[in-house]
Amino acid sequence: MSHSHNADANHEANNAAAISEIKKVTIILSVLTLIELVLGFWMMGIASESLRLAIKGVIVILMMAKAFYIVAYFMHLKHEVKNLIMTIIVPLLLFVWFIAAFLWDGGSFRNLRNSYDPYFKAQSTIKVEKKESKHGGTTHEVAPAAEKH
Amino acid sequence: MSTTTTASPNEAKLWGGGKSPFNVEYGKLMMWYFLMSDAFTFGAFLISYGTVRFSTNGWPNSNEVFRSFPFAPEGVHAPLVFVSVMTFILIVSSVTMVLAVHAGHNMDKKGVVRNMILTIIGGIAFLSCQAWEWNHLFHEGAWWGRNPFLNADGTASSTNFTNFFFTITGFHGFHVFSGKVINIIMLIMTLRDKFEQRGHYLMIEKAGLYWHFVDLVWVFVFTIFYLL
Repeated sequence: MSHSHNADANHEANNAAAISEIKKVTIILSVLTLIELVLGFWMMGIASESLRLAIKGVIVILMMAKAFYIVAYFMHLKHEVKNLIMTIIVPLLLFVWFIAAFLWDGGSFRNLRNSYDPYFKAQSTIKVEKKESKHGGTTHEVAPAAEKH
Repeated sequence: MSTTTTASPNEAKLWGGGKSPFNVEYGKLMMWYFLMSDAFTFGAFLISYGTVRFSTNGWPNSNEVFRSFPFAPEGVHAPLVFVSVMTFILIVSSVTMVLAVHAGHNMDKKGVVRNMILTIIGGIAFLSCQAWEWNHLFHEGAWWGRNPFLNADGTASSTNFTNFFFTITGFHGFHVFSGKVINIIMLIMTLRDKFEQRGHYLMIEKAGLYWHFVDLVWVFVFTIFYLL
């Protein structure tokens, strides 16, 4: 924030600016988290699969925004030299391929199994009776069914 | 590519030797590179979670699984409540860490000590919450290799859900723990005037980077496990 070549008079002003920046980012992070939670609560009551997917998309965007504010302001990366920013950010672009390729692969594997593995398909349609009571003790009744899978 | 064409005299001086072209101290630069590699470790964990989830037909509903909180009355279920408390604890401890770094810039020893103590308390609070949650889930029958929760559609689930949950939150919790140890060491060094003697509080900045990274990872873990 305050670089060494600043005069003493500038120092006070920089100090105040730095503190107000910290306050601003704190408020932004809290508000973004609250919006995420409101969306999370809202999503519980929604049955429509496509609307849920849209809300999940919004939550992911909010998550990226929070990550940006933490890295840029709390970790101070935004105020570093451009060279440093680039050596950190450019390698992280690998994540674009990483996420796309692997999630795609997961989805493809699911399709293949649903098409060619009747056992897998059948397993995921048989409903297990929910023996769960409110007083716990569910472990022994449900766990064997889960292990069979 | 574009940098070669727009190389200003200023930039040439930056790479001319005699000073750090990144304008940061060696340790801080290495901390950044370590955090980048750690980001890939966590990324690999979370992406493998996503891949397995995408390749399965059913998955447990996180609102069914994570619905308890300490001292909850019998039968009261409040999904998302406890984890939001944990999230805010970590955000607040991140803010106190920034304030400690800021105080370090101003050579304000008292400010550093106060904010480091608050950060450490935040870390302890977060870990306590996580310990409670793990203990609670364990007593519900969840652990590595055991999954008492059915899929959201009522079909039998595999153990993938609990395996990923305990591995990833455990790895994150271990980072919180080591960050807390680093912060305690920094606090002791501050109290013993180590940084006053050196004339700078750069070590607080490096510990701060690590602590913020822990908060950053929680942003992703929280969203992916509890919200999506």
